[in-house]
Amino acid sequence: MSCAYLLLAISLCVSFANAVEVQRPRGVPLSKRQFYEENKPFTCLDGSRTIPFDRVNDDYCDCKDGSDEPGTAACPNGSFHCTNAGYKPTFIPSSRINDGICDCCDTTDEYNSGASCQNTCRELGRQERETLQKQAEIAKEGFLLKQQLINEAKKQREEKQGKMTEMQTNRRTMEEKVEALRTVKEVAEQPEKEAKERHLKAWEDQKAIIRAEKDKTKMAEAFLELDDDADGYVSVVELQSHTELDPDSDGALTEAEAQALLGGAGKVDTSSFESAWDNIKDKYISESQADSAAVDPPVEDNRPPVPDNEPYHDDEPVDEDEENEDDDEDDDYPEEDSDKPIPTVHTPEKSEQDEEAMPPYDAETQTLIDAAQKTRDDFDEAERALREVDDQIKSIEKELSFDFGTSGEFTYLYSQCYDLTTSEYIYRLCPFNRVSQKPKYGGSETNLGSWGSWAGPVDSKYMVMKYEHGTGCWQGPNRSTTVKLICGKETVVISTSEPSRSLERRTPPRGY
Amino acid sequence: MAAFIERMGLLVLACVSLLVSGSLAVDRGNFKTCDQSAFCKRQRALKAGQSPYRALLDTLELSDSRVTLQLINDNNKVRLLLELYRLQGNMTRVKINELKPLRPRFEVPDVLVSDPPTEPMSLLSQDDNGVVLSLGVQRQQRLIVSARPFRLDIVEGPEVLMSLNSRGLLAFEHLRMRKDTQANPEGGEAKEDADGEEQQVEAKETVEEGVKEEEMDGMWEETFKSHTDGKPNGPTSISLDFSLPGVEHVYGIPEHADTLKLKTTDGGDPYRLYNLDVFQYELFNPMALYGAVPVMLAHSTARTMGLFWLNAAETWVDISSNTAGKTVFGKMLDYVQGASETPQTDVRWISESGIIDVFIMLGPTPSDVFTQYASLTGTQSFPPIAALAYHQCRWNYNDQEDVQAVDKGFDEHDIPYDFIWLDIEHADGKRYFTWDPHKFPTPKDMLQGIMDKRRKMVAIVDPHIKIDSNYKIHNEIRAQNFYVKNKDGGDYEGWCWPGSAGYPDFTNPQMRAWWASMFAYDQYEGSMENLYTWNDMNEPSVFNGPEVTMHKDAKHGDWEHRDVHNLYGFYVQMATADGLIRRSGGVERPFVLTRAFFAGSQRYGAVWTGDNAAEWDHLKISIPMCLSLGLVGISLCGADVGGFFKTPSAELLVRWYQTGAYQPFFRAHAHLDTPRREPWLFGPENTALIREAVRQRYALLPYWYQQFYQAYRTGQPVMRPLWVEYPKDTATFTMDDQFLIGKDLLVHPVTEEGSRGVTAYLPGHGEVWYDVHTFQKHNGAQSLYIPVTMSSIPVFQRGGSIIPKKLRVRRSSSCMENDPYTLIVALNPQRTAEGELYIDDGHTFSFDTKKEFIHRSLTFANNVLSTRNLCPESQLSSPSWIEKVIILGASNPKGVNLKTDGKVTPLDYEFDASMSVLTLRKPGVNVGADWTVELL
Repeated sequence: MSCAYLLLAISLCVSFANAVEVQRPRGVPLSKRQFYEENKPFTCLDGSRTIPFDRVNDDYCDCKDGSDEPGTAACPNGSFHCTNAGYKPTFIPSSRINDGICDCCDTTDEYNSGASCQNTCRELGRQERETLQKQAEIAKEGFLLKQQLINEAKKQREEKQGKMTEMQTNRRTMEEKVEALRTVKEVAEQPEKEAKERHLKAWEDQKAIIRAEKDKTKMAEAFLELDDDADGYVSVVELQSHTELDPDSDGALTEAEAQALLGGAGKVDTSSFESAWDNIKDKYISESQADSAAVDPPVEDNRPPVPDNEPYHDDEPVDEDEENEDDDEDDDYPEEDSDKPIPTVHTPEKSEQDEEAMPPYDAETQTLIDAAQKTRDDFDEAERALREVDDQIKSIEKELSFDFGTSGEFTYLYSQCYDLTTSEYIYRLCPFNRVSQKPKYGGSETNLGSWGSWAGPVDSKYMVMKYEHGTGCWQGPNRSTTVKLICGKETVVISTSEPSRSLERRTPPRGY
Repeated sequence: MAAFIERMGLLVLACVSLLVSGSLAVDRGNFKTCDQSAFCKRQRALKAGQSPYRALLDTLELSDSRVTLQLINDNNKVRLLLELYRLQGNMTRVKINELKPLRPRFEVPDVLVSDPPTEPMSLLSQDDNGVVLSLGVQRQQRLIVSARPFRLDIVEGPEVLMSLNSRGLLAFEHLRMRKDTQANPEGGEAKEDADGEEQQVEAKETVEEGVKEEEMDGMWEETFKSHTDGKPNGPTSISLDFSLPGVEHVYGIPEHADTLKLKTTDGGDPYRLYNLDVFQYELFNPMALYGAVPVMLAHSTARTMGLFWLNAAETWVDISSNTAGKTVFGKMLDYVQGASETPQTDVRWISESGIIDVFIMLGPTPSDVFTQYASLTGTQSFPPIAALAYHQCRWNYNDQEDVQAVDKGFDEHDIPYDFIWLDIEHADGKRYFTWDPHKFPTPKDMLQGIMDKRRKMVAIVDPHIKIDSNYKIHNEIRAQNFYVKNKDGGDYEGWCWPGSAGYPDFTNPQMRAWWASMFAYDQYEGSMENLYTWNDMNEPSVFNGPEVTMHKDAKHGDWEHRDVHNLYGFYVQMATADGLIRRSGGVERPFVLTRAFFAGSQRYGAVWTGDNAAEWDHLKISIPMCLSLGLVGISLCGADVGGFFKTPSAELLVRWYQTGAYQPFFRAHAHLDTPRREPWLFGPENTALIREAVRQRYALLPYWYQQFYQAYRTGQPVMRPLWVEYPKDTATFTMDDQFLIGKDLLVHPVTEEGSRGVTAYLPGHGEVWYDVHTFQKHNGAQSLYIPVTMSSIPVFQRGGSIIPKKLRVRRSSSCMENDPYTLIVALNPQRTAEGELYIDDGHTFSFDTKKEFIHRSLTFANNVLSTRNLCPESQLSSPSWIEKVIILGASNPKGVNLKTDGKVTPLDYEFDASMSVLTLRKPGVNVGADWTVELL
């Protein structure tokens, strides 16, 4: 990692600082001195041609590779070596020789331009050493911190993995428990179901008896009503006054039709009216009610007469809540939608009142129900617990699946957020999650990207984080953020830059 | 920058304005068509061949310098005064104004460099039908004034060169009293009592006519979208038609995103000249853009002429081509040429106000027309050499660190650049002349850092001034009453980048002087001598104004904005350039880039083609757009490299760098919401391609600089259409894809996506051209297919030319100042060549004030290359020397001798027989010295 590089740089620096100055043509590095032998013809380093030595550094480019002019600007592709005693030696392009700009700290590049350059190598070397020392200290501390973090991460990871193993074991137990409870529940539900059915059947039978009695009463009443002449018979003519009984609905109850209704007889007495009643009772309108004409609408009640375990009323509001939650998440969705389900809640309630209530369960059945309910509750409870464990396992799995660095040194950043306030915005970096920006003085937040991947160069992949698919730009791509990590002692977002509105918002935090 | 719509997006959020502009093209509805511009509609409704104007020949007065003559409109009896001038240099000026206007009509000041010197005219003959004036014996030119209907014909020998009002479309809407303010017509006429009976009668008739004319819409008020233009002066428009017998090709009248050759406008809108901030402009149409130069060139194999319509109001130009039509001449034209099939182009100019003041430049060569026009409006300002180098711009470089990082990036990737630019975000809340205290807290440190690299910076200074009582510039302008006024007399306020803004009245010379003083180092805080200026939005752009510009009834002193509109940007740049000169005590040459311009703007700096887009067609159009500007004097022209809006592909960006490297003003620029596109962001291969293109530019800087010196001296365009140099070669008349730099370099950039080859036309029978990269020789007068790769920039040097180059490309042009020269001698089939070498300090006026320059001719003939001082009184000692001479089309000599100071020394040389290239090694002579090189 970077810390290691920094340490390496220090050692290089020391060795160069001790370099010894050796005579050689201007601009030639020590390593190539042997190719420039005074008073011998010079062969271009690419071997392309040989020229007299006085054409080396004569300010005219003879070699295609520029090697004959190491100390002048004559060749477009040449390079000049600055020894920079006291600091780092370096190569500069030939075009920077005598261009009036001091490039080499030992001033050797400006030997004929009139530029007044100061030799700054010693000072630079000192600064460099100081900086490197400081960085090394930081790096050392950082290294320790890193070790610590790695250890912690390792521990955490192990803990997590341990926890997961444990939870997976638990899960199996719980799964078994759920299964066992399911069996218990099913076992308990069987007698409950049977008892309920028995109770229901008894109730149905009783209702049938009541209904039959009611029907009988109604028939007797009807017979009396129909028997206009009170002769103890209902005749065809008497029946014909009830046009609502017309079987072909042509508005008239013909004699034949009436007779058919009466079972083919011209008139019927109370006992034979029984069969005729079956023919007419559905349509028959009692004369006493005919005026009000109000046939009670058939009660449409699909509900089983016995209340269920999970009544409607409990369900509905739950649905509603869920919808409201959806609404909250989606700003564009109009608010009114959440009102929709409400009206349906109350309608069935009213109409169910006029049915005679089922008598309460007998004690025996109730005991069975209570017992079954308990097994259900136990089962639900166990299932919920299992789901919770599943969620926990999933979340640990997700966390474990993140690439937190070679040794998990970035684990501690997970589920943290770091803010940086600039003159305009508050930037928020939540590593492995997302980056956002909020105007300092009000305004909505802009998503600058969600966790994408590590995006450093091959050899230091973990130096750069990439967050992608942020809010789109005007006529441009989606925003994305590049986070550069620098070694340090604490974790902070140091700075941001926005090279263009749309791409690459660098938010380098100190790693550790 | 851009216009209103986009700014709205910025207000809402950083850049989430996805919904604001669904279409990426211009919103045409924001801009008027001729039909929506009341005067254009009125004028265009006039029928040809019914001219009511008659010349009153008995009013003819001839003096040494001019002829005057009254014209009468037989419909309304309003009299006009015609003034005719013969100007030195083969020009004729025709001025028409009302004889007795109710109020003075606007005449454009400050555009002409001086009162053009005249030549005497003489009366050749006169009768009832007309007058014949001599325009000079030398060319046998005559000016024929026909009386009924009025008409002018300019004739040379037996040929009619140009006819005015030949179609009878002269129309002059005289000033009149408004009907409802005319309750007491006596009062109005009383003033005219002194003018006698006849005038009174006429006045009455005028009034009657006026009443009749007032029935037409838009004469006293005009509403476009939500903007109402109150027109207290009523209708004031003018129009005149010109016929050009024998002409099929007309050019000029920029700025339009259209082909070089102007199209006929029959059935469409006329070309419009009205400086406008057009958001995402469309290509290939006559819509107005940011600048206006009312100059048209007419060219045929026989002759080149020019028309300069000196009017700064909204102007429309109709062009029709009538190849079969022949002008009907009066009796006096009995020597009309016989050919009846002569092609002819008719043009008609319509302006909203002012007077008719037209300069007819009679050529006859293209070069003559440039000279003539330059004598009227001046030549291209001579830019500092750095301005001809590469410019790196973006909206915006965010802060000082960003600037530093970009500067460093160029060095890291070894790409030269001279200027880095700061757009509007650098200022504190768009208060120009200030710096954002957070992003640019220490501008001088930043500028010093750039100066240490011998580079420069440009910061934007727009003419809209934030209305803010804590802003010094605003307070001073308000205190001195320098703002443009609205129609009610209050300070005009419009909406622009800073929000509510005032617009200084740049037509006021005191205002301009004050503005110039604001560039003084002690006034413009944080500025240094390497900070230069960019004037954007100077059409002026007013986001909430009609057509995104200023209300026409706003007031500049006594004049309406209507009268001066197209001058506003011209004056802004004039005042800014003056400021940059003054801050240096008159020593340093200024560099100011402007978006809006007018005739004469060439005197003040550079122009770019505004907010283009990263599209191949926009790359292509950069050629005809800059060629058109060059034809009318503005040579320092460029298009945003890469395209301003949208994001270029790497290929497009590379091709644009390659093209821009061979166009005069070479600046990359990008919109705020586009991804970064510094040259090194597209992978090493593309970085290398861009580096190479930029390096080619730097190597050629001596040639570019010399071309601009010539442009400054003579007014010849730097970037030229081929027909300028090959006026008889009709194949060159409509070329939009290649051009010349000076006369010696021909450029045919690759502007097609995925191109495998281009076909370049090499002109000139019996001439040869050399590929500048391979030195391969090609014959002229042929279309040449050139296979291309991504690195190809097809450029050819004309055989017969000598071009100086500096092959040691460095970080910036300043770094190359003292570097040696390489001469590229390209021999023609006669084995001769000519060229020049111009050198000065590159940035001061000393070349002019102290004659501190080197200007030498270079001649190759009879196997001898020699140089001669073209200006013996000049003096400059330069450390530069001649490093190398490359002779193309040479044969292998037996030896080469250099003669200088009476000494003869043999030179080493190399001969490449396969390409016939002779390279002379290190002559080593000073560029200012006399010397000869002889090939033995």
